[in-house]
Amino acid sequence: MKRHLLSAADLTRDDAELVLRTAEELRSLADRPIKKLPALRGRTVVNLFFEDSTRTRISFEAAAKRLSADVINFAAKGSSLSKGESLKDTALTLEAMGADAVVVRHSASGAPHRLANSGWVRSSVVNAGDGTHEHPTQALLDAFTMWRHLAPQSGGSLDGRRVAIVGDVLHSRVARSNALLLRTLGAEVTLVAPPTLFPVGIESWPVETSYDLDSVLPKADVVMMLRVQRERMHGGFFPTAREYSRRYGLDGRRMATLQDHTIVMHPGPMVRGMEITADVADSDRSVIVEQVTNGVAVRMAVLYLLLGGSQPAVSTEGLPE
Amino acid sequence: MPAHLEPESAAAADTARTVMDGSDIGRALTRISHEILERNKGGSDLVLLGIPSRGVPLAERIAERIASVEGYAVPVGSLDITMYRDDLRMKPARALLPTQIPNGGIDGRTVVLVDDVLFSGRTIRAALDALGDIGRPKAVRLAVLVDRGHRELPIRADFVGKNLPTSLVERVRVRLLGVDDVDAVTILGSEGEGA
Repeated sequence: MKRHLLSAADLTRDDAELVLRTAEELRSLADRPIKKLPALRGRTVVNLFFEDSTRTRISFEAAAKRLSADVINFAAKGSSLSKGESLKDTALTLEAMGADAVVVRHSASGAPHRLANSGWVRSSVVNAGDGTHEHPTQALLDAFTMWRHLAPQSGGSLDGRRVAIVGDVLHSRVARSNALLLRTLGAEVTLVAPPTLFPVGIESWPVETSYDLDSVLPKADVVMMLRVQRERMHGGFFPTAREYSRRYGLDGRRMATLQDHTIVMHPGPMVRGMEITADVADSDRSVIVEQVTNGVAVRMAVLYLLLGGSQPAVSTEGLPE
Repeated sequence: MPAHLEPESAAAADTARTVMDGSDIGRALTRISHEILERNKGGSDLVLLGIPSRGVPLAERIAERIASVEGYAVPVGSLDITMYRDDLRMKPARALLPTQIPNGGIDGRTVVLVDDVLFSGRTIRAALDALGDIGRPKAVRLAVLVDRGHRELPIRADFVGKNLPTSLVERVRVRLLGVDDVDAVTILGSEGEGA
């Protein structure tokens, strides 16, 4: 693995499968009376969140603490950032405190890349979501969830499995990271959205695209619904919420067209009634709650593989110095 | 074994000396199984935990033998010690190996740790720490196929397949069916390198 996890494209297939296997071992920790391992004792992980997040921050915090790391939470609100401090000065502060890893979420695409490659900090940088760009640990936990449900029936891999990712692809860092990672793992990804919600340059992504949800669903092994990110929308991407919901929402009628083994996923937060109806979200096919559980195991695996040894595991790339 | 028979290949190849073959290993495990039962006064409350990778097939074979003597199965599992190693920080991050604790847990039971080679004792130290995070056994015992000496910690085995005096430059290699293609314990090194 590289020293930083900035993009799902940083992971080779070997790296990604190592993360999945490690997460599988770490998942059983949740069933033990003492949910703690000593691997990162004495290491410091800083959660640097410039953008609101509950699930991801708590998940990273739980992951780091279960590995016995010291965790410093750093939220934009109530910090010097609201007083006008720059990313660079924040980074220099973290460096002076001796952080071993910085988990960063930022509303600007590329902020984690800047942090990792500017020479401001020596720590490993983990991208926890940057703007509309990437969210690699979400992709890993999604892949892990699919792998647990589907790989046992297909020889331990996701080769040839069909994944439909439906909704606001334009604003979704989850969709981009998933598309890249799932391709690496051998799955076939189809993105489904109205034409206005595909980003420019979608042709260059390693995916198929479709505007018609009903034709994609019967072939899918996994259906992943995305939230419509209205806070990032400044314009009319679709006429009304009801029309969007009717054409691109997953309801009971559409769920009935799925294959028996197909699972329904959602990275959260869900808007029930918009992209997914309550009966689908609460059905047996839904693995949405499991995704959250798996998130902790996957983030533990990432932190362990980056920080646990003298250098990151399976160095397939040249390391600095 | 005379290493000078084929000077050309012997110089290049490992000077491997087989010290236990398949039937030796089988007999040693049968004896260990009986010793465990004798010491424990039967198989009740026993849990066998193999340390991956080669401790696991050894634990399974001991469990088979105990089952054939006592007539009931004893719980077998595995205990990965990777995250408890004292040299974790000195090498690149290692892949984890399976930990499988039997359903009944280990609280109040007698846990027999099973490993292939007992050497510095550091693996067992790590395993004892790992056990402490999983539960509180009534007692912990240690069974090893080979004890090669050179302890760096005050740790000893309760059940030993073979005591094998070695020098520090030698390497003891255990191969087991299931993980490898053959059952054998061999010593590599020493005399080949211009002794």
